[in-house]
Amino acid sequence: MSEQITVTVNGDTVSARPAANTLLSTFLREELGLTGAHVGCDTSQCGACVVLVDGKSVKSCTMLAHQAAGTNVTTIEGLAGDGGELHPMQEAFRDNHGLQCGFCTPGMVLSAVDLVSRNPDPSEGEVRSWLEGNICRCTGYHNIVKSIRAAAKVMRA
Amino acid sequence: MYDFNYHRPASATDAAAARKAAADGVYLAGGMTLLPTLKQRLARNSDVVDLAAAGLAGIGRDGGTITIGAMSTHDSVATSSEVQSAIPALAALAGGIGDPQVRNRGTIGGSIANADPAADYPAAVLGLNATVHTDRRDIKAGDFFTGMFETALDDGELITKVTFPVPAAAAYAKFANLASRYAIVGVMAAKTGDGIRVAVTGAAGNAFRATAMEQALAGDFSAAALDGISVDADYNSDIHASAEYRRHLVGVMAKRAVGEIA
Ligand SMILES: Cc1cc2nc3c(=O)[nH]c(=O)nc-3n(C[C@H](O)[C@H](O)[C@H](O)COP(=O)(O)OP(=O)(O)OC[C@H]3O[C@@H](n4cnc5c(N)ncnc54)[C@H](O)[C@@H]3O)c2cc1C
Ligand code: FES
Ligand code: FES
Repeated sequence: MSEQITVTVNGDTVSARPAANTLLSTFLREELGLTGAHVGCDTSQCGACVVLVDGKSVKSCTMLAHQAAGTNVTTIEGLAGDGGELHPMQEAFRDNHGLQCGFCTPGMVLSAVDLVSRNPDPSEGEVRSWLEGNICRCTGYHNIVKSIRAAAKVMRA
Repeated sequence: MYDFNYHRPASATDAAAARKAAADGVYLAGGMTLLPTLKQRLARNSDVVDLAAAGLAGIGRDGGTITIGAMSTHDSVATSSEVQSAIPALAALAGGIGDPQVRNRGTIGGSIANADPAADYPAAVLGLNATVHTDRRDIKAGDFFTGMFETALDDGELITKVTFPVPAAAAYAKFANLASRYAIVGVMAAKTGDGIRVAVTGAAGNAFRATAMEQALAGDFSAAALDGISVDADYNSDIHASAEYRRHLVGVMAKRAVGEIA
């Protein structure tokens, strides 16, 4: 039997005994039912599985659940406020048509939250280069970039 | 992924001991290379020894030396004010690796232990004449990279930190693979206490010094001094670039790097 781990997921303390070879993406999706972290490529390329670990964006398909022991994990389900009001980044994606099918969106939004936490006023070029690890097949990125800059403006205010 | 025993030792000594006690153990740093390898079942290890809690992260400056702990992430090197002020080329190199999520997890120790022929850090280790410190000894940059995915590390030897002498000036230029950002060719040019150094990654099986360029630059440190110098090496040829193209890129990237600091 593998060791017990304790992780804070979206503010809740979770104790579990995932097998040593359980990926964080599998743990979130299959053991906790948090299916917002999408598994697109499962090969560290697409960024659909991005979550925040201690505030930093990581690919949850390329991390073991055990590596998350003791950390604070935020998935897309945990971004909105307690009353269900959307996070400014989510609101901006909706207002600016920053998504089409929505598959890449949880990863895009969480990656963008990491960017804006470091750089409150990113230029268009900085947003585009930050999105290196997030692939979108639908939008052509233009409205995603627009959404992120619009959210940054709201978050600065 | 096959199953394995997971360990998270609280010190470097305990990590080395756990690795030694295992039938077929492997260290886990950022996991950016190891986890995909295990997921594809290209490796099957009995024990995975996670270095996250072993106290190997941290960056410091002591006079003319920058010390980077093995578990320091690419992001922490890229955003370190000490590295940015002492060796801006090293901060820029780390900030140009892969994508933000790879930089948030991947580490300098994992990168150089893995010794991918297209990795960026080997150009810095060799070009800046760094020293790789392990739990057993200190390895000079020139002795560390021995072949494609091959290093001087012995079985179970643990990298603890890398020390970089602060150069008078240095610059890194890379021609990146557009998908992964790995170096098709990357060149670090530096004016160091040890003379002019030019180190090339991405081009051959492992990083190497372009000595013909170093000699030309010793007399005249300018991009023009590199005109007509073709560097001989056992160049890689793959779907990304032919050997001839890589040979050409070494000249172009070296001129860009030198031009930045000349
Ligand atoms: C999408 C993607 C893009 C990338 N792009 C680039 C790029 O542009 N440039 C680039 O240089 N790299 C790139 N990488 C590789 C990345 O930099 C990895 O971080 C690096 O290769 C491995 O570091 P790690 O910390 O993740 O090590 P791990 O994957 O955890 O380990 C790698 C190997 O090193 C060994 N090891 C780890 N730490 C130690 C230690 N302290 N002592 C001894 N052995 C140790 C492990 O046992 C393992 O064999 C990319 C990776 C991905 C997934
Ligand atoms: S599913 Fe993790 S990067 Fe694509
Ligand atoms: S909205 Fe469909 S993949 Fe991005």
